[in-house]
Amino acid sequence: MNPLRNTLRLAAMYAIAAACLAHSFSAHADGGKRVPDHPAWKQECGSCHVAYPPRLLSADSWRAVMAGLDRHFGADASLEPAARDDILAFLERNAGRRDTSAGGRPLLRVTQTRWFVKEHRDEVPAEVLRRPDVKSFANCGACHSGADRGVYAERDIRIPGGRPR
Amino acid sequence: MRIPPFVLAAFALAAVLPTVAATPAQFLDAFAREARQADTAFAASAARGRAFFSASHGGEWSCASCHTEKPGTPGRHAATGKAISPLAPAANPDRFTSAGKVEKWFRRNCNDVAGRACTAGEKADVLAWLLAAK
Ligand code: HEC
Ligand code: HEC
Ligand code: HEC
Repeated sequence: MNPLRNTLRLAAMYAIAAACLAHSFSAHADGGKRVPDHPAWKQECGSCHVAYPPRLLSADSWRAVMAGLDRHFGADASLEPAARDDILAFLERNAGRRDTSAGGRPLLRVTQTRWFVKEHRDEVPAEVLRRPDVKSFANCGACHSGADRGVYAERDIRIPGGRPR
Repeated sequence: MRIPPFVLAAFALAAVLPTVAATPAQFLDAFAREARQADTAFAASAARGRAFFSASHGGEWSCASCHTEKPGTPGRHAATGKAISPLAPAANPDRFTSAGKVEKWFRRNCNDVAGRACTAGEKADVLAWLLAAK
């Protein structure tokens, strides 16, 4: 066999292996789907709670959330206009395509969307939510141990107090 | 001689940085100086800072609701449960090193706790107490 061909083939195999590896490092996020990175978003929207994955709300919902940051679920989360516009543009680019409105108005909460309620309703007993270390469904990290990295895959779910099945 | 633009940019940045990056002691100085414009006898007090931090000011939360009464230890967000690293510079060297961050969180948290901005004197007092905490 031609030695040059062999070298090329080897190089190609390495390249593919490297690409697979890189992919497996970046692709776990969000139950298998990749969460795009944006440092300003991660920092500003991840300081009081985990930065909720952009694809879980529609662009309409994100616009509504970002229009009311000075009175944000009982907290002042206000931003300078330039930072707010930058983060909103990122959220719009990566928003989900599912409609997340109710009664004609965009929902502000991931935890009130039809998808979220359906995914979680039968999986978590009510008493789990009363635990002080869980508090509310908005505290994704209480059950999804990878939430701060954007990882929601099933194998990373641990319900505090055990998982009754 | 022509100086490449990126060198100029680096010099410009270096000139701006001291006002952006700072130390906790510099923030204390600046707040105290501002407070003396209204009250020439003002001197920052850690005891007053501690009292301000633990008291509620008409709302549901005090500063301690999220940062605890012992700012050398980690806190927890009162609404979301998310962990917050210690506020005392002795326990967390990143604290009070960025003007943008300090300004932003005083604005938000004073508004949440007191329904208004904190005065320069209140900020100086709080910082005096945080600097004394281990
Ligand atoms: C100053 C603190 C703070 C900051 C900063 C902040 N939030 Fe929040 N956020 C909250 C609180 C408090 C809640 C209510 C949590 C609860 O109900 O348990 C909340 C809830 C939410 C929810 C609804 C969660 C649910 O129930 O599905 C969304 C969406 C949200 N925030 C988006 C953002 C975005 C986007 C940013 C960045 C621009 C941001 N937040 C920054 C405090 C903050
Ligand atoms: C009290 C525990 C708990 C909390 C809090 C919680 N989840 Fe879940 N989550 C679960 C359980 C249990 C499942 C179901 C897994 C299954 O289908 O078996 C799940 C499933 C999911 C899935 C689908 C994962 C997959 O690969 O099938 C996503 C995405 C998800 N949750 C996101 C979130 C987000 C975002 C939040 C916060 C806004 C959140 N969860 C809060 C327990 C929780
Ligand atoms: C509802 C929860 C909450 C309350 C109440 C609260 N804070 Fe905070 N504070 C936070 C969070 C969240 C951060 C940002 C997260 C971080 O930097 O670790 C923060 C950050 C800060 C910072 C930023 C310091 C730095 O340089 O990093 C200061 C200063 C601060 N808080 C002061 C106060 C003061 C003073 C009060 C009372 C008037 C107060 N906080 C009340 C949640 C709170």
